[in-house]
Amino acid sequence: MIGVVDLIEVLVKIGFIVVLLVGVFAPVLTWVERKQSAVMQDRIGANRADVFGFRIIGLLHAAADAIKLIFKEDFIPRGADRTLHTLAPIMALIPAILAFSVIPFGGTYTFGDREVNLVIANLDVGVLFVFAITSLATYGVFIAGWSSNNNWALLGGLRASAQMFSYEVTMGLTIIGLVMFYQSLSMVEIVAKQDIFWHWGIIWHWPAFILFLACAVAENKRIPFDAPEAESELVAGYFTEYSGLKFVMFWTAEFIEIVTISALCVVLFFGGHHIPFIADAKLIDCFSSLGANIANLVAMVIGVTVFVSKLAIIIFLQMTIRWTMPRFRYDQIMKLGWKMILPLSLIWIFVVGLGMLTNLIPRI
Amino acid sequence: MANNQKNYDFHKESHTEPLEINMGPSHPATHGTVKFYLTLDGETIKDIDVEIGYLHRAFEKECELQHWSGIFPYTDRLDYTAGVLNNVGYALAVEKLIGIETPERCKYIRVIASEMGRLSGHYTNLAACAMELGALTAFLYFVEAREYLWDLIESFCGARLTHNYIRIGGLTSDLPDEFPESTEVVFKKNEKLYDDFAKLLLKNRIFLDRMRDTGGISAELAKEWGFSGPCLRACGVPFDVRKSEPYLVYDKLDFEIPIGSTGDNFDRFLVRMDEIKQSIRIIRQCLKQIPDGPINVDDPMWRQPSKDDINSDMESMIFHFKNVIEGQKVPEGEVYHAIEACNGELGFYLVSNGSGSPVKCRVRPPSFPMTSALPIMVKGSLLADLIPTFDMINLIGGECDR
Amino acid sequence: MEKQTIGKSLDSAAGMNNQKNIENNKNNSSVVINRVTDKFSDSKLIIYAHSLLGDDTIVVQPAEIINVMQFLRYDKLLTFDMMIDLTVVDYLGNQQIHPYLSDLRARFEVVYHLYSIDKNHRLRVKAPLMEENAFINSITGIWGGANWFEREAWDLYGIVFQGHPNLRRILLYEEFEGHPLRKEYSKTKRQPLIGPRN
Repeated sequence: MIGVVDLIEVLVKIGFIVVLLVGVFAPVLTWVERKQSAVMQDRIGANRADVFGFRIIGLLHAAADAIKLIFKEDFIPRGADRTLHTLAPIMALIPAILAFSVIPFGGTYTFGDREVNLVIANLDVGVLFVFAITSLATYGVFIAGWSSNNNWALLGGLRASAQMFSYEVTMGLTIIGLVMFYQSLSMVEIVAKQDIFWHWGIIWHWPAFILFLACAVAENKRIPFDAPEAESELVAGYFTEYSGLKFVMFWTAEFIEIVTISALCVVLFFGGHHIPFIADAKLIDCFSSLGANIANLVAMVIGVTVFVSKLAIIIFLQMTIRWTMPRFRYDQIMKLGWKMILPLSLIWIFVVGLGMLTNLIPRI
Repeated sequence: MANNQKNYDFHKESHTEPLEINMGPSHPATHGTVKFYLTLDGETIKDIDVEIGYLHRAFEKECELQHWSGIFPYTDRLDYTAGVLNNVGYALAVEKLIGIETPERCKYIRVIASEMGRLSGHYTNLAACAMELGALTAFLYFVEAREYLWDLIESFCGARLTHNYIRIGGLTSDLPDEFPESTEVVFKKNEKLYDDFAKLLLKNRIFLDRMRDTGGISAELAKEWGFSGPCLRACGVPFDVRKSEPYLVYDKLDFEIPIGSTGDNFDRFLVRMDEIKQSIRIIRQCLKQIPDGPINVDDPMWRQPSKDDINSDMESMIFHFKNVIEGQKVPEGEVYHAIEACNGELGFYLVSNGSGSPVKCRVRPPSFPMTSALPIMVKGSLLADLIPTFDMINLIGGECDR
Repeated sequence: MEKQTIGKSLDSAAGMNNQKNIENNKNNSSVVINRVTDKFSDSKLIIYAHSLLGDDTIVVQPAEIINVMQFLRYDKLLTFDMMIDLTVVDYLGNQQIHPYLSDLRARFEVVYHLYSIDKNHRLRVKAPLMEENAFINSITGIWGGANWFEREAWDLYGIVFQGHPNLRRILLYEEFEGHPLRKEYSKTKRQPLIGPRN
């Protein structure tokens, strides 16, 4: 039975995640993307939008963009399938947000006799759930490409579906070694086991991290893997015919996917909300003089902050990649996925298995 | 059953048909100046038809209605990434027809100006190529370098893009006093940007994979199709008008002609990268060797006299009047003169009937024949390969369509 | 000064017949001209040859353009492997520039610029055409690169290149009426698709 308090707790967590993703990360990331690229490229970046003379280092551009895009004409081309054309951006956006429901953004904290676990749904098969849900985004992209009645969109949709299907398989295989190492598919458990710094995924599984990050960027369809929306080849790929709010939805979905993938990296490889060398219990102990409840609250705030900071660093890394690399050719992406990353991840699974069999890799 | 037949047609049996698609004229990669009519089998280009002419401005017709000296602004708009090179080409052709020689200092300044034009053209081309392969940061590095260069060009001719700097028998203005020093400052900055650009791309595996073995052409075919400039040199043919028929003072300068070996896009890219270095070297030499002296021909008949001369010298006043009203009376005859522009041989073929305007002012645009060979280079390759190939051909709409 | 003497030699050459013309020019002309005139000395193929201002030029019978071009490209001593440029000049009202034009009653001249990379020499080949038979054989079989140049010449001057694989307009659009670089095409002429000025 779900009590009222449980319901409120879940609603608060959902609210937090949605506000964090849609309200904070999506608009701020557009700003970060502009400003970071500006710094890398020796220019100033967007700073012209102002309200009563206040420019706030260009942050208002996010608001300006939103206002502009909301009031833009919602254009559906002649010959397009109206229903699917409208449905596609929704199908792309929802899985992106949904995947976040199993990602723990903090630890477990006790308030009085109530245990609060900072994850919306503590599934035993959390890792599988993330992959299952993110693979649904492919449908949104492909339907967008097909329903637009535009050859460029169709080509983009084809490329996107081929690329996303291939990299899903590979991405799943890259973390099998990690799952073997932690002996769990539950995100919460994996994070809990990274309490000790020497058990962090990155330390034992850095090759898997590199493979996983490559797959993740490919799954997000960002440079260098942005062949489905390569502007110099396919105009804008699968969302060529989208404007206004529907375009915003694709755009937001893309940014949220970056956050989701980064969160996955943090959870699987970088210890989630843990601070290196400081276990959760030790952190709560530090503030025990304030009373048990407040100590827990402070630890929770610190935990979430640490999680978000790690997230920001990984996102920053992804953005740096985006502004450094040129774009792969479509067939090279496929070759990389099937002929390089897939065999390498299989080899890594074998290596981990061998290591665990011979006790060279500890069992935790 | 069908598999056993000799003339088994996959497309017929599987009920598929090739995708026919218009790439351009309003497509991000075609810059609004060209249209590819593509027949695609999946991602493979089965057939391609290139349509140009979207930037046709009736250059030759306009020239026939202009005085000889009024054509300079039109030539700026030919290859607008390197306007001053076109100025030089046209001026040299007219001077050859007239039979006058400009003073030594003028020649040196023309070399400096044309090498700066070449630098600007190559910066633009390489940057655009990087951008269209997705490397926006590299693009902006070279755009920055080009900005510095344009500041320099602005310091001696007053304009950044359409220079209109050269005149028949001379120049509009001399170099400013501090020019060698400011040039050195700019070159220092640009060499640093060049290194950054090279580091970002030349050892980048993704970039290499995109450029290598794409859009290649053999030296034989390249010659047959009228290639010139970096694209021909990338095939290993050391043809450069500056070396084969030295004009201005190129025979007194020490520089090398970089050549490639395979003729693919990467070689074209590298040849252009090396030419940037050579151009900087040429400008440095020129600034060392440049003599003092007049910059214009001392003949009011051809070169517009100064205001002081017009007011004090009878002959100057007469020619000033006549040249403005009737245009310079270039002697009867025909002439072809070629220079090395950033894309290759830029030739001017002029026919004069002795009046103030040309009967014919023909430009031989270097990118025109190369664009015509585009189908040979991309047929059978992937759609994505069209982008770097088209970039390396460097179709400049203003020059190709005139 | 130099130019005037050149003009005179042109004038005097006009009255002579072809054979004499070539003989005259042999003395002070280049290797290329000598080689070409030797080869075709017995035929009426070459109308005129000179090397004014350092530009070697031969004027040939338009009917024989393929033969001449094939010789120029494949001859061991000439090896003109590049066709640099192809254009047309409309001499309507300007026939006095080249005296042989009025003799032949020619209005157009197709002008080819050739270059040999190995030998580093250039040659200008010209083929005068009458207005009523403004057609000439296509040289796309010899240099593939001539394809677009010939389309451009057709587009702007209306010269028909026989045997061209795809003689369409190139710079202008299909609905364009007339050939704009002909001298009689007025600069104020409006096209039907564009319509009259207000």
